[in-house]
Amino acid sequence: MNLTLHVWRQAGPDDAGAFETYRAEDISDSMSFLDMLDLVNEDLTRKGKEPIAFEHDCREGICGSCGMMINGVAHGPERLITACQLHMRSFKDGDEIWIEPFRATAFPVMRDLVVDRNSFDRVIQAGGYISVRTGSAQDANATPIPKRDADRAFDAAACIGCGACVAACPNASAMLFTAAKVAHLSYLPQGQAERLERALGMASQHDAEGFGNCTNHGACQEACPKGISVDYIARLNRDVLKGTLNKAVGTPD
Amino acid sequence: MELNARIPDHPIDRMWERHRFDMKLVNPANKRRYQVIVVGTGLAGGAAAATMGELGYQVKAFTFHDSPRRAHSIAAQGGINAAKNYQGDGDSVYRLFYDTVKGGDFRSREANVYRLAELSLNIIDQAVAQGVPFAREYGGLLANRSFGGAQVSRTFYARGQTGQQLLLGAYQALERQVQAGTVQMNVRSEMLDVIVVDGRARGIVTRDLVTGRIEAHMADAVVLGTGGYSNAFFLSTNAMGCNVTATWRAHRRGAGFANPCFTQIHPTCIPQSGEYQGKLTLMSESLRNDGRIWVPKEPGDTRAAAAIPDSERDYYLERLYPSFGNLTPRDIASRRAKEMVDSGHGVGPMRNGVYLDFRDAIQRLGKAAVAERYGNLFQMYEKITGEDPYDVPMRIYPAPHYTMGGLWVDYDLMTTVPGLFAIGEANFSDHGANRLGASALMQGLADGYFIIPLTIGNYLADAPKMDVGVDHPAARDAVREVTDTQERLLAVKGNRTVDSFHQELGRILWDHCGMARTEAGLREALQKIPELRERFWKEVLVPGSGATLNQSLEKAGRVADFLEFAEVMCWDALTRDESCGAHYRVEHTTEEGEAKRDDENFAHGAVWEFKGVGEEPVRHREPLHFEHVPLSQRSYK
Repeated sequence: MNLTLHVWRQAGPDDAGAFETYRAEDISDSMSFLDMLDLVNEDLTRKGKEPIAFEHDCREGICGSCGMMINGVAHGPERLITACQLHMRSFKDGDEIWIEPFRATAFPVMRDLVVDRNSFDRVIQAGGYISVRTGSAQDANATPIPKRDADRAFDAAACIGCGACVAACPNASAMLFTAAKVAHLSYLPQGQAERLERALGMASQHDAEGFGNCTNHGACQEACPKGISVDYIARLNRDVLKGTLNKAVGTPD
Repeated sequence: MELNARIPDHPIDRMWERHRFDMKLVNPANKRRYQVIVVGTGLAGGAAAATMGELGYQVKAFTFHDSPRRAHSIAAQGGINAAKNYQGDGDSVYRLFYDTVKGGDFRSREANVYRLAELSLNIIDQAVAQGVPFAREYGGLLANRSFGGAQVSRTFYARGQTGQQLLLGAYQALERQVQAGTVQMNVRSEMLDVIVVDGRARGIVTRDLVTGRIEAHMADAVVLGTGGYSNAFFLSTNAMGCNVTATWRAHRRGAGFANPCFTQIHPTCIPQSGEYQGKLTLMSESLRNDGRIWVPKEPGDTRAAAAIPDSERDYYLERLYPSFGNLTPRDIASRRAKEMVDSGHGVGPMRNGVYLDFRDAIQRLGKAAVAERYGNLFQMYEKITGEDPYDVPMRIYPAPHYTMGGLWVDYDLMTTVPGLFAIGEANFSDHGANRLGASALMQGLADGYFIIPLTIGNYLADAPKMDVGVDHPAARDAVREVTDTQERLLAVKGNRTVDSFHQELGRILWDHCGMARTEAGLREALQKIPELRERFWKEVLVPGSGATLNQSLEKAGRVADFLEFAEVMCWDALTRDESCGAHYRVEHTTEEGEAKRDDENFAHGAVWEFKGVGEEPVRHREPLHFEHVPLSQRSYK
């Protein structure tokens, strides 16, 4: 198939940026979307032009590097996959495709489709862990964890930190990302000791980074390649509220 | 080059414990006076940086990714081994040790492997304490499954995303130390050289991938956790960014490179679908627990799988290896698949795969139970191929996946350059000539959490404390050399893309240094590689400048290093005139078609010394002694 691509090109953070149009020719169904971009880039390079910068690494939907808006949708038209897992059989000959970076105040564009997502790391630094020193753990089977809780923790922990939730949200909120980590650790007995402090710390860092608040659109859940549920945001809010109240009135004995 | 493995003189089952007592300690107040550089923040590097930070060292960590959470460890699917014996099926530290030495076809160091098996216990405890959501049984205890090369169930897993969950555990521990101020994290920062002062590693040179700034960073010791080099083959299951640059640069500065020809070809990957493809996708080996591998008995049979009755199918692994069946080690499963395809039994549109069939598992366990175990893998497969594995069997074929070779290290994980350490896949230590499934995560974390944080103290306590700044002549020279190389790459302005050279190199290596190797083929490769390298430096086209985010330039530097490294891979394969594990020399085959070792002449690790680009490197040996696992022909019949 032959396609017309409109790709966001931006030389650096301070550049205004604009769409440029390219042809992608002889594209086969079984190619991945990124294989297709590779092909376009090879062609641009041979013509002495700078290829389109985009992030990618594992190309199997787990590293969270790739992320771009494809026709206005984070990771493109198929649900529950990342851009690298999208295959060209989802498109047809003659299609026009608009490709843009994830846009959010907390994700400044570095070049073309590459954005800076280190705000996510700083949210994790604000409490997204269990404080356990290496070597101080008890036997792994000492505390049985009901399978249901372990499964729920896993569902939340499946987040790959790609930022699609932020890009999809009209408020550019990262509540789904933050809630997923808070929920993962809060379902586990090991995570209880720091539970409320963690929620408060991460939520406050989330706001400090310039992510917006959640107004229950649910666009994040739709865009999430791992299907992480907005229910976790309710859980985050509950823990934040509880933590705030405890702080205000003191923890009951 | 002196190769002293410094194996402590204690009985193997007390060795690590006694060594920990014998090692010198740096007292807590002094630790903060030492700076340690960690390059790579995957399972090994991330765990090492976090733990050394906890201990009080000043750690400077570097990754070329935008975040430590992107490291390729994240893509490991199947699981992590540990000799917990939670299943009560007769497992023990000794059995895991035994299986790993045997699985590695007797080309690993017993002392290191024993320690790995011992530490496997602590890793699971540590990961669970961090909140890693391993699979559990209804009673709330941890679940296990079995993996290739083992007859016990000792593999812990988190659906098909075990690497992701373990990496996130290490990442979280690391970010906690960043917050505590003990680890300074440098992202989008690629290491391009090691700085050696008076024979000791004292720093690195990096390029800031955003601004292009090339600079020196100094420290009292340098730890490389920079992964493996499967991408030398161009097409592999490794992430696109994986490269040999860090370890190759260390090698050029004097670190011996051990067994570079020991490269693992993973049996269960999705076959290539076209020439355009830049990467292959792995399907976890855990699928072999319940999937049955077969090809049509009749060569050239193009009927759909369902139309071929059982009597006309060849379940060749079950036929050839009745006791291990579909769970034979990776090298054997890969080689047999290649034989089937080469002899015309291949399936799929390009006739380049074998079937991995879940029909019987679905009948036995029900679709829901199969989905519970492998759901995300099936989904991944369907997205890529457009075929639903619940209905039609998967097609698989071997692909380069993991490299057992790496920088030579002693028992303390130190390379031949004092103060330079290598951990995880970047070193050569534990897997011999073939790695068993679910052992890479185990090794990365053992090295990172439990070994290097202690052995580095033993080095630092003894090393002369020198104040060496970034203005030291060695640092300035290294920065200048890196800058020169980059400028040369940009100045070629030829007419061929970096990828086209990488692809060509990959084809040479796959054809001559891949799953089956011959003397003639390797000699041919040794002729072609320098020619290709020469053309690269005349014809490569790297657009853009060095002063911006320039992904073509990043790739060009990595491919330039692969073009040097590929030669030593072939030298190693040529001079190891035997077959062992994943290294299969066609000339050395048993009557049953298995790899035929030559223990009299090759029971050693081959360690290469760099003599200059294009110069024949020098081969050294570390003799291997097998006192606990008697040398024997591997049999999985």
